[in-house]
Amino acid sequence: MSAPLLEAANLQLRFGAVRALDGVDIEIFPGEVVAIVGESGSGKSTLLRVLAGNMDADAGTVLYRDAGGEAHDIHALSEAGRRKLMRSDWGFVHQNARDGLRMGISAGGNVGERLMAAGDRNYAHIRAEAADWMARVEMDPARIDEPPKNFSGGMQQRLQIARCLVTNPRLVFMDEPTGGLDVSVQARLLDLIRGLVSQLGLAVFFVTHDIAAARLLAHRIVVMRHGRIVEEGLADRVLDDPRHAYTQLLVSSVLAA
Amino acid sequence: MSAALEVQALAKGFTLHLQGGIGFQVLKSEALAVMPGECVALTGPSGAGKSTLMRCLQGNYGADAGRIMLAHRGGLTDLAAADARLVREIRRETLGYVSQFLRVIPRVSARDVVAEPLIDRGMAPEAARERATALLTRLNLPPRLHGLPPATFSGGEQQRVNLARGFAPDYPILLLDEPTASLDAANREVVIGLIHEAKARGAALVGIFHDIEVRDRVADRFHEILPLEDAA
Repeated sequence: MSAPLLEAANLQLRFGAVRALDGVDIEIFPGEVVAIVGESGSGKSTLLRVLAGNMDADAGTVLYRDAGGEAHDIHALSEAGRRKLMRSDWGFVHQNARDGLRMGISAGGNVGERLMAAGDRNYAHIRAEAADWMARVEMDPARIDEPPKNFSGGMQQRLQIARCLVTNPRLVFMDEPTGGLDVSVQARLLDLIRGLVSQLGLAVFFVTHDIAAARLLAHRIVVMRHGRIVEEGLADRVLDDPRHAYTQLLVSSVLAA
Repeated sequence: MSAALEVQALAKGFTLHLQGGIGFQVLKSEALAVMPGECVALTGPSGAGKSTLMRCLQGNYGADAGRIMLAHRGGLTDLAAADARLVREIRRETLGYVSQFLRVIPRVSARDVVAEPLIDRGMAPEAARERATALLTRLNLPPRLHGLPPATFSGGEQQRVNLARGFAPDYPILLLDEPTASLDAANREVVIGLIHEAKARGAALVGIFHDIEVRDRVADRFHEILPLEDAA
């Protein structure tokens, strides 16, 4: 089978007395969806930031293998190199759409800006792609010139996903992509993400405390506690046959609807 | 001819950390071999571990010890030792599972629920949907329901969607957990027909059948699972 797309070894990070990451090894393969679950303070969001190169670890390495098979040490890359990777190969979906969108420019501009950053200069093409992606995330392309503030929270989140996916990334990071949304909106967004991920064959790391979302989307689940991975494996195996006390607690705490 | 599925010295227990760490053993030294074209029915009293064995065979429960050898991609693969990616590959290509209950995915139609594993195996979406429609029709699911998400379907309708999904890809190994539990007589006959066809094309089947008549008509052999003596 293929080599990992991203591979991290022995990540260590302290915030004062707190070990945010305590010897974390993790990898992801092309087309794989990995959920990182755990409670607030478990280190899951910190791990995502370190994997995406948005935050430095005290120790450890993160290797990314590009489409040509060449491995890059993310934290040894220059700032410019990292930005280039973020534009061409990666995408990041923030919990709060405001962190991932430019609120002062139009919906179409938000999507098109990523394409321009990736080198596209043909205005008509950029606008057509933006409209196409709005439709793919179930937004009305007729609203292409409206600013994000005109849209609901769920629509802003979908716009952020369109902005992220328009450049055909190979690896996407999502931090609580459905956090803070109404339950009905969450279900629609999860289903949309599920469809896009399988159509595009994306590799996705997503952080969530929502076990049901992890079951729906993830192929593999990584359970974090106190900066350590306490259990990981096939998604349905981890949820139906949890071994670690903490995973058993997480799974048994889910309310059945 | 060699077995399509062979369980060797399988052990499975559970430790309940939230209940003071009490542990109990469900399966010990379990052994079972199933040949291509054969259907084995798991029998034994309720609570003996039939479902636990099924879940181990599907990779849903992890084995504590022993091996689950499957004929996969022309060789033998130990499911009990497979990592997450390999289990997904085995489930995509080799190992089908019809559970008692459908796990409903919001907004996905019955037809697409059935077509999904076919598309995952590389079938063109149009052909996959055609096959899905044909199977749902054979299982007497009214055409007006094919395009609807099964969330609001009755138990029997959901089970037929589940059956169509499990039988659609012609898996070489198929696990059936109470496949006829909520079906009427006509649909039970359809399922018996599907099982006979699967055997005829050389599939190895393992099933739990509470319906004795169905069991006796499809099973070549019984495999009894008895409760372990209370180890504690």
